[in-house]
Amino acid sequence: MLLIHCPHCGPRAQAEFVFERPLESIIQIDEALPDLIPKLYSRVNPKGPSWELWRHTYGCQSWLKLHRDTHNHTIHAVLEIGQTPEGGDA
Amino acid sequence: MQSYSALNLFRRGLGGHKSWTRAWRDPAPKSHYDVIIIGGGGHGLATAYYLAKVHGIKNVAVLERGWIGGGNTGRNTTIVRSNYRQPALHNLFEFSLKLWEGMSDDLNYNVMFSQRGALFLGHSDSDMIRLAERGDAMRCMGIDAELMSKAQLRKLIPLLDMSDEARFPVVGGLIQPRGGTARHDAVAWGYARAADALGVDVIQNCEVTGMDIRGGKIVGVKTTKGDIGADRVGICVAGNSGQVAAMADLRLPIESHLLQAFVSEPVKPMIDTVIMSQSIHCYISQSDKGEIVLGGDPDMYPTYSQRGRPDRIEEVAGQAIALIPALSRLRMLRSWAGTTDMSFDGSPIIGKTPVDELYLNGGWCYGGFKATPGSGWLYAHTLAKGEPHALNAPFRLDRFETGATIDETGAGPMPHHR
Ligand SMILES: Cc1cc2nc3c(=O)[nH]c(=O)nc-3n(C[C@H](O)[C@H](O)[C@H](O)COP(=O)(O)OP(=O)(O)OC[C@H]3O[C@@H](n4cnc5c(N)ncnc54)[C@H](O)[C@@H]3O)c2cc1C
Ligand SMILES: [Zn+2]
Repeated sequence: MLLIHCPHCGPRAQAEFVFERPLESIIQIDEALPDLIPKLYSRVNPKGPSWELWRHTYGCQSWLKLHRDTHNHTIHAVLEIGQTPEGGDA
Repeated sequence: MQSYSALNLFRRGLGGHKSWTRAWRDPAPKSHYDVIIIGGGGHGLATAYYLAKVHGIKNVAVLERGWIGGGNTGRNTTIVRSNYRQPALHNLFEFSLKLWEGMSDDLNYNVMFSQRGALFLGHSDSDMIRLAERGDAMRCMGIDAELMSKAQLRKLIPLLDMSDEARFPVVGGLIQPRGGTARHDAVAWGYARAADALGVDVIQNCEVTGMDIRGGKIVGVKTTKGDIGADRVGICVAGNSGQVAAMADLRLPIESHLLQAFVSEPVKPMIDTVIMSQSIHCYISQSDKGEIVLGGDPDMYPTYSQRGRPDRIEEVAGQAIALIPALSRLRMLRSWAGTTDMSFDGSPIIGKTPVDELYLNGGWCYGGFKATPGSGWLYAHTLAKGEPHALNAPFRLDRFETGATIDETGAGPMPHHR
């Protein structure tokens, strides 16, 4: 099980969190149809680092951005929504 | 091919069983094949077998990066059934179930297919309505399905907690008597041996690392054993579909998640049917060795690690014990996980890709073992003819963008069961 460091609550077990989707698949409310279909239905599904949207559902309930390795389970960063990583984009 | 029979067993036994030869060859790859299948799981091996047997296409290679059956074929809980509600799905799985019924004879290999019945429990009136609907849909297509009363269930599985105080009170069920289980490894080995005997090259320790695509058409693959040319290539790699399709710059409607399985220490026969539930995701059966085999929900987040999350053990064990309290006395022996390719409507994909001569078979979520013979047969047809068979035509890759999804649980555009 992953140990996720929530910026609000500190280290908590994965059981308290829910994975939502990769950041690149977040759908804007006014998304144009040609962009909507791939965001709804297709995924890079990377084996390695991935930026993802998670939620601390059974904790503080805030949405979080995780930079996580889907192969070795390393969590590189946990950010609040609106926060951007140093030098990177997400 | 040495035939496996009681007579041969006896004869070779007289010689101390020393005269048996290996069940399939260990060939080096040729420079070119008519068809290359990527992935030596049950589906890939069955595809190669039916290409050779039904379509006479024998210049075929199955490329497996590890050992055959070492993926989900060797990790699953082996439940075989065709009790789906939607026509496209029950037609596909029933076609497959009929092939299971003749498989051991056809392959001359005992896959230990045991039609012990596949039961879904209902825990409420609404569960029973949904089960009755499903049973009706199946019976309209001539597929076996029987609604079960509480009294019938008590007789069938005396160990079920039938009390009103039960955590998941049982009010009835739906059984498919022809459903059951099979020996997973034997399915891979049986297909490999039979395909090999027809001339197919089964090549293990051969990972596909790239694709040679020219002018929108695939002409070969790059592997850890060198470059190999092909007229046609079929992807059949289960949890790695997204990774392999990415070699052709394709993005799929698939997320790779984990599914776990758990087995107890072996005990005397206590459960002689496969138990599932309409409301909770817990399934229970007993293997021929006597182990109680349990499965549950997937791990619900993308990962290729093949290491399951431990809170799932507690959840599945808790549900199983609630249904059959006697299980609480057993010790759990092993647990493991497999990476499954969760499609965005819960149904598989068998058909063409946007790259010419490149085909895809994947997206089986956690329910593809039961489809092994049918999937192989239909994929072989599609690869041989360049067009899908009527049974797999609905399972095309472009159904997502055209809105023709096949969504049995009505889950919407999310990887199945999330
Ligand atoms: C725990 C668990 C329980 C399950 N229970 C059931 C069940 O009860 N009933 C049911 O019907 N289904 C079940 N399933 C699902 C079922 O196991 C799968 O849908 C099915 O086995 C997929 O078949 P396959 O032959 O394609 O997969 P696999 O056996 O996984 O074969 C794919 C092969 O491709 C190989 N491969 C991957 N990448 C490459 C590459 N680049 N080059 C070469 N080879 C490559 C892999 O090594 C692997 O051997 C379960 C799955 C799991 C994990
Ligand atoms: Zn929190």
